[in-house]
Amino acid sequence: MKISEAFLNKPLLIVYICAGDPTPEATPDLVRRLVAAGADIVELGLPHSDPIADGPTIQAAAQRAIAAGMNTDVYFDVAAQADVDVPKIFMGYYNMVYARGPDKFAEDCAKSGICGMIVPDLPPEEAGPLHDACKRHGVDLIFLAAPNTPDSRLSMIEKETSGFLYLVARTGVTGAKSDVLQSTGDLIARVSSDVPRAVGFGISTPEQAAEVIRAGADAAIVGSVCVDLIARGEVERLEELVREMKDAIVKAKGKAPIVC
Amino acid sequence: MKCDTANAAAVKFGKYGGLFVPETLVQPIMELAQAYERLRSNDDFRDELAGLLKNFAGRETPLYHARNLSRELGCKIYLKREDLVHGGAHKLNNTLGQALVAKRMGKTRLIAETGAGQHGVATAIVGANLGFETQVYMGEVDIERQKMNVYRMELMGAEVIPVRSGSRTLKDAINEAMRDWAASFEHTHYLLGTAAGAHPYPSMVRDFQSVIGIEARGQILEVEGRLPDSIVACVGGGSNAMGIFAPFLEDKVRLLAVEAGGRGPGKTDKTADNGASLGYGTDGILHGALTKILQDPYGQILESYSVAAGLDYPGVGPELAYLAETGRVQPKMADDKTAILGFRALSKLEGIIPALESAHAVGYALSEPDALGEMAIINISGRGDKDLATVMDYENL
Repeated sequence: MKISEAFLNKPLLIVYICAGDPTPEATPDLVRRLVAAGADIVELGLPHSDPIADGPTIQAAAQRAIAAGMNTDVYFDVAAQADVDVPKIFMGYYNMVYARGPDKFAEDCAKSGICGMIVPDLPPEEAGPLHDACKRHGVDLIFLAAPNTPDSRLSMIEKETSGFLYLVARTGVTGAKSDVLQSTGDLIARVSSDVPRAVGFGISTPEQAAEVIRAGADAAIVGSVCVDLIARGEVERLEELVREMKDAIVKAKGKAPIVC
Repeated sequence: MKCDTANAAAVKFGKYGGLFVPETLVQPIMELAQAYERLRSNDDFRDELAGLLKNFAGRETPLYHARNLSRELGCKIYLKREDLVHGGAHKLNNTLGQALVAKRMGKTRLIAETGAGQHGVATAIVGANLGFETQVYMGEVDIERQKMNVYRMELMGAEVIPVRSGSRTLKDAINEAMRDWAASFEHTHYLLGTAAGAHPYPSMVRDFQSVIGIEARGQILEVEGRLPDSIVACVGGGSNAMGIFAPFLEDKVRLLAVEAGGRGPGKTDKTADNGASLGYGTDGILHGALTKILQDPYGQILESYSVAAGLDYPGVGPELAYLAETGRVQPKMADDKTAILGFRALSKLEGIIPALESAHAVGYALSEPDALGEMAIINISGRGDKDLATVMDYENL
C-alpha cells in the first residue's frame, strides 16, 4: 500500500521501532503484531552509531541492535520479511544512506517493500541526490518541520516533502515527554498546503496521541515508548498500548482541541 | 532575531561541508551564521575581540627560533608558541571569538564538547570572564585521562557533564552537545571547539584561529624576510592547523597536516587504531558535514584512537578534507610512539613541554626532516602539563 492510500483512512497511527532490537530475527514478527494491533504505518529505524536526533531510549536500542548484528544488508532482509499490508517506512541517518549510495539505497527500499524514507539529519537543501533517487524508484521522501521552522521555510518543506509532512512536536531529541502539546497546535495550524500532517517526538500516551489529532494532525507518530516496552520485553503491553492509541485517535477524529 | 532560512544553502569546500543537521537545528545555525557574517566586519566587535586577545589571552604569541631542535634536524625551525596562550592552548582564540558572538546574540549559556579538555577549559575561561552559565560535555574515558582539566573547568565555574554513550570520547561529547542545543538554542550558544561540523562552524572557527597564521606570517617575514618552506601542524578536527594554514594558502609554502597514526592502520568492526581521517578515512557525514571520516562499509562511525585525547576523533574539518583532496595540504601521520618521541625531544632540547597533540607535529618533523625544506614553522598548539600522567603511563606499559 502507498502512503497516500493509507491517508485516505485518517487519522493514522504511525509506530516506530528500531529494526534489529532485540534481534534482527525478532523484527518481522514484531511488525506483524504492531499492524495487527492497529498500526497504520510502521517506521523501521535503521540503527546508527551516532544518532544525534535521538534521546537515550532510541540510542540504547540502536546500540543493542548493532550488537545483535544489524546492518544495512540485514535491515533490507528483515524489512522484506515483515510482510504486512500497511506502508513500511525507513527511518535512519544520512551517512548510512550515503555509504550505500542514495540510488542503491532507494532501490533496495523499493525492492524490500519500503515505500517511504525519513532521514532526520537531511534537510531539503542537502537532499538533491536522494530526492532524485527516490523519484526514480517510486519511494516517498518525507521531510520534517519543527516548531522553530519559520513560515517561509515551512512552505518550502511542504513543497519538497512527499507522502506526508513530519511535524516535530517539540524541539530537542526523540523521547517520551509529558509536555508534548505546547507548540504543536501552532505548528499544525501553520501548515498551509493540504499535505498530510503527522506529528511525532514525545508522544507516549493515548491522550497525547488523541490531542494531536484533535489539534488537526492527520497522524500521530509514537516511537520511544514502544522501543522502551520492547527493551523491557513487554510486547503484549505494547500491543495493548497500540490498540489504546488507535482507539483514542479514532475517537478524537473531528473533535475540537481541548488545549491547543 | 528573525532571518529567512527558506533556503539554508551552506558554504561548501568543493563537495565537502554542508548542513546535515536535524530540522530543529537549521534555524539556530542560520541565525548564528547570519550573526557571525554581520559581526565579522563590525569594527566594535573586532576591537573588543582584539583587546581580549591582547590583554586577556596574551597575544601575540612568540615565533621562537628553536636553535637546538634546528641543529638536530638540519633545518631552521621556528615554533609558533600557542602553548603560551592563556589556558595553555590555542583554543582560547576561538572561544573568545564565539563567546563575543554569543553575547551579541543575547545568549546567556554556553555549551561545549571537549576531548583533551583544552577546549573545555578555554570555554570555562570565557564563561567565567564574560559571564555565561557554562556546561561542558566530556566523554567518561576522557574525564579519566584528563582529570586536571576537569578540575580546572570546575574551578572556573563550569559544570562538566560526563558522556556515557557510544565510545565515551570526543565524538559522543559532540553528539550530546548537539542534542542539548536542539532543545536549548533560544538562550544557549553551542561553542564548537574545532573547524568541523555544520556550516558556519568550519569557516568561523578557522577565521578566529587564523590569528595564529596572520601573526606567524608577519613574524617570519620580519625576522627572515621570506616565507618558510613548510608549516607543520597536528590535526584532530583541524582548528590549529586551519588557523596557521589559512593565511598561507595562496603562498608557495608546503602545508603539512599531521594526523594521529595511533597504533597503526589496523581496525576492527567497531574501532580504528588511529585518528587519521584524512589518511585512512572515506567520504561520509559526521556532526553535520560531509567530510573524511573513519567508518565501516555500512556507514557506522568507528571509534578512533590516539594517545592524544585531542586527536582522538573519527572525523576532520571539511575544509581540510577539501584542501587534502586538491593537494594544497599534505596529510601526514605520526603514531603514538613518534609523538612521545617528539614530546620528549622538545622538552629536552628546548625546555618546552608540548601538548601530546602538538608533539605529533614535532615527532613528524623529527622523523621526516627532509620533508620540511630549509626553514619550517611548527605550530605548538598547546602545552603538555595536562599530559604528564598519560606519558608516564604510556612509558610504563
